[in-house]
Amino acid sequence: MTAFYVMIIASLLIAFGFLGAFMWSVKRGHYDDDYTPAIRILLDENETLTPKTSDQKRDPKTL
Amino acid sequence: MNAEKLTIENEVHTTHTCFHCGDECLDEIIMQDDHEFCCDGCSVVYDLLKENDLCRYYSIDGAQGISPDKTYFKGKYDYLDLPEISEKMLEFTDGRLARVNWLIPKIHCSSCIWLLEQLYRINPAVRSSVVNFPEKKVRITFEAGQIKLSELAELLTRFGYEPYVSLNDVEGKQIRKWNRTRLYKIGIAGFAFGNIMMLSFPEYFNLGRSSSDENLRTMFAILNFALSLPVFFYCASDFFKSAWSALRGKYLNIDAPIALALLCVFLTSIYQIVSETGPGYFDSLAGAVFFMLIGRYFQDKTYAGISFDRDYKSYFPVAVSVIKNSVESRIPITDLGPPDRIIVRNEELIPADSVLLSSRAMIDYSFVSGESEPVERKIGDTIYAGGKQTGPSIELEVLRKVSQSYLTQLWNHDTFSKEKEDQSQTLAARINKYFSVIVLIIAAITFLVWFIILKNPETAFRAFTTCLLVACPCALVLSSTFTNGNLLGLFGKHRFYPKNADTIERLAHIDTVVFDKTGTITQANEADVEFIGKELSIQEQVMIKTIAMQSSHPLSRMIVKKLTGISASRRSLGHYVEAGGAGIKALWGQKKVRLGSASWVGASAQENAQIDASHVYISIESVICGYFTIKSKYRPELAETISSLQNSGYQTYLLSGDKPTDKALLAPIFGQDYNLFFEQKPEEKLLFIENLQNKLGRNVLMVGDGLNDAGALRQSDVGIAVSDDINNFSPSCDAIVEGSQLALLPAYMKLAKSGQRIIKVSFGISLFYNIAGLTFAVSGNLSPVIAAILMPVSSITIVAFTTLASNLAAQKWIKH
Repeated sequence: MTAFYVMIIASLLIAFGFLGAFMWSVKRGHYDDDYTPAIRILLDENETLTPKTSDQKRDPKTL
Repeated sequence: MNAEKLTIENEVHTTHTCFHCGDECLDEIIMQDDHEFCCDGCSVVYDLLKENDLCRYYSIDGAQGISPDKTYFKGKYDYLDLPEISEKMLEFTDGRLARVNWLIPKIHCSSCIWLLEQLYRINPAVRSSVVNFPEKKVRITFEAGQIKLSELAELLTRFGYEPYVSLNDVEGKQIRKWNRTRLYKIGIAGFAFGNIMMLSFPEYFNLGRSSSDENLRTMFAILNFALSLPVFFYCASDFFKSAWSALRGKYLNIDAPIALALLCVFLTSIYQIVSETGPGYFDSLAGAVFFMLIGRYFQDKTYAGISFDRDYKSYFPVAVSVIKNSVESRIPITDLGPPDRIIVRNEELIPADSVLLSSRAMIDYSFVSGESEPVERKIGDTIYAGGKQTGPSIELEVLRKVSQSYLTQLWNHDTFSKEKEDQSQTLAARINKYFSVIVLIIAAITFLVWFIILKNPETAFRAFTTCLLVACPCALVLSSTFTNGNLLGLFGKHRFYPKNADTIERLAHIDTVVFDKTGTITQANEADVEFIGKELSIQEQVMIKTIAMQSSHPLSRMIVKKLTGISASRRSLGHYVEAGGAGIKALWGQKKVRLGSASWVGASAQENAQIDASHVYISIESVICGYFTIKSKYRPELAETISSLQNSGYQTYLLSGDKPTDKALLAPIFGQDYNLFFEQKPEEKLLFIENLQNKLGRNVLMVGDGLNDAGALRQSDVGIAVSDDINNFSPSCDAIVEGSQLALLPAYMKLAKSGQRIIKVSFGISLFYNIAGLTFAVSGNLSPVIAAILMPVSSITIVAFTTLASNLAAQKWIKH
C-alpha cells in the first residue's frame, strides 16, 4: 500500500516539474511571439561569411 | 523627330521591373551589374547589400526591397541622442550594452526578418537584433559606446527600414505590454484540473469504499483540496476582483454569479471533505475556471501590430528643427514654445500654431480638416498645427506651445474622457441577469421545500449549494467569449479589425451610418484624369510632364501620373514660376508653357458650369491646347455599399470638411441631398453625431480617416477608421478597416448581428444541460461524477457549436 503513496507523490512531483518548465518558458518570453520563430527556422544560416571583424561577430541566437 | 518617336515606342512595349523593389520602372531605368532599378533609392540599397555580402536578401522572397525614406536628411534622428529622449527609448542599458525595441512599419515579409537579423554583419557595434513579426518590431542589442541611437536609426533608414518614433514612446507610454499572467493562470488551472480529475477517478467508479482504502481516500481528498487552492485564490482572482468592483459600483456584471458559484462550490467541497460526507466538487471547480480562462484569453488576443489608441501625440513628429542664431538644431517637440523659429520641410508637419516668416507656403490640411486641396498662405499669416507643408522648406515663428494649439484643443472635449464600453450592456450580461435570478429562486425554493416540508436539513443544504453550482453561468460566458473571439479572427481575415469583442456587440445595434468624404469614400492618391482638347504630340506630353513634375501640388501630381508611359526629360527648365491658386509657367527652350486655371492661361471660363472637377488648362506659346479635368476618384463600390446599407434599414449621412464640389454626384448615391453636409469643422462633426444620439436616440456608426474625424469617431457608438496602409497613422477608433474592404461594411454588420443570434442559440443549448443538472441538484442527487461529466461535455458542445456557427455565418454573409 505504501507503494501507492510513493507513486502518487512521485507522479505529482514530476507533473510539478513540467508546470514549472511551462512557467519558466512563459517568463523568459517564449510565448510573446509565436509566429516569427516559425519563419526564422526556414531562413538558412550563412556558412560562408567574409567576416569584417571576426572577433566581434557573434551568432545572434546565442545571446 | 522620327528616331525619337521610334525609340519611345519600343520602350513602351517592354516592361522593366526593378530588381530591388519589384515595381515597374516608370520614369527612368538605372542599370547596374546587369540589373535594372526603378530609382536611385533602390540602386543605392542594392549597392549597400552587395557591399555587405547580403545579396542573399533577393533569393528569399524575391524583389521585396524598399526604397529608403525620401524625407530623410542628415541630422533627422539627432534628437534621439538627447539624454532625456534616449533614456525613454532604451529598454535596458548597463553602460556597456544597450537595448532598444523599435517599431518598423515597413517590415512585411521574410526577407525583412532575415535582413534585420543580419544587422550585426553590417555594423559590428550591433550585437544582435531579433524581429517580432506580428508586432513589426525589432529588438536591437548594441554596444552603447560604439554606436549612437541616431546612427542606429540612420543605419536602418539607409536600408529602407526607418523606425517609427512617436511622441507616445518618448513620453514613456508603452503600447499595452502583452499579458503573461493570463498564461500562468491557464497553465496552473489546467494542471490542477487534469490532476484533480485523475485523483477523482476512483470516486467516479465508486471504488475504494472498503475501510482498508480509508487512508488513501483521505490522502486523495487532501491532495485535491491542496491542488484547488491555487486555482481558487490565484487563477480565479480576476472573477472575484471584477465581481467585487461591480458590487461596489452597485451593479451586477456577469462575474458576480460566477464568483458566487465558485465560492459556494469551494465551501461545499471543503465541508464535504471535513465532515467526510463526500469527495467534494474540486474537479468541476478547476475545470470551470480552466475553460473560462481559455475563453477569455482567446477573446482578448488582438492584433499586436495595430494600435487603436493613437491620438494627436502619435501623429506629430518627435523633434523639430529650430533655428537659433543661424544655427539649426533639433529639439523635442515638447520643448517648443513661443517665440522659437522653426524650419518645416516638404511633406513635414507643422507642429504648433505659428506665423509664417517665409514668403509663401502651400499647406495640405486634408488629414486635419478634410479639405482636399492645399491652401496658400503668405508671409505673416497664422498657420495652424497639423497641416503638412507641400513645397520648399519654410520658416515659421511659433505662437503657442504644441499642447495648446487649435488642433489639440479638440481633445479637451469631454467625449474623450468618457468610457465607451459598458460591461453591463453586453448580451451575456443582460441574459445573465434573468438567468441568475431564476436559478436563485429555484435554489431558494428547493432549500425551503427540503428544509421545511421534507424535514431533511442536510439534503436541503446540499441541494441548495449544488443548484448554485449548476447556476454558474460559465456556459454563458463560454458562448459569448468563443463566439466573439472567433468573429474577431474571421473579421481579421477580411482585413477588418475591431478593437475588442465589445465593439462587435455594439456594431450589432447600429441603426445609422455617417461617412466622412476625403480619404474615406474617396481614394486619396487616385483621380480620374481626362484631357479635352487637341491631340497632344509625344513631345508636348514630355513637356507637360517635365514641368508638372517640378510642382508638388496634388493636381500636378495627378497629371504626372496620367502620363505614365512618357519619360520626363532631364532638361532644365528656364524661368520656372509657380503661383499658388493660379498655375505654373516655365520656358521650354524658347517656348513659353503655362499650366493652370483658365484665367492664368488666358482662356475664357465658359466651362465653369461643370463644378464637379478641377480644370488645368495648357497653353504653349499662348495657344491653348486644351485642359485636363481632374475628378476625385470615389471608391468603385460606393454606390452599391450605400444602397445595400439603406436596403437593410440604416440611415446614411455624409459629413465632409471639404467644399461641396461633388454634391451633384453624391446626392443620387445617398438618395437625397439633405443628408449631405459640407465644410464641417471637426467639432461640428462631433456635435452632429451627439445630436443624432441624444435628440433622435440613434445608435451611430462613424466611418472616417483623418484627425478631423477624431472627435466624431470618439463620440459615435462605434467609430471605424479607414486606412489604406495599416502601417500609417489612424486616429483613435474602435475598429480599423482597409480601404479596399470598405465595400464589405454591410456584410460585416450582418455578421455582427448573426454573432448575437449565435450567442443566444448557444446559450439555449447550454440551458438544456443546465436543466438536466438542475433536476439532479433539486433532488439532492448531484454527485461529483455527474457534475464532472456535465461540465466538460457542455463546454465542448458550446465551443464546437459557436465555432461552426460563426464560420458558417461568415461564409454566408461575406461573399467575394
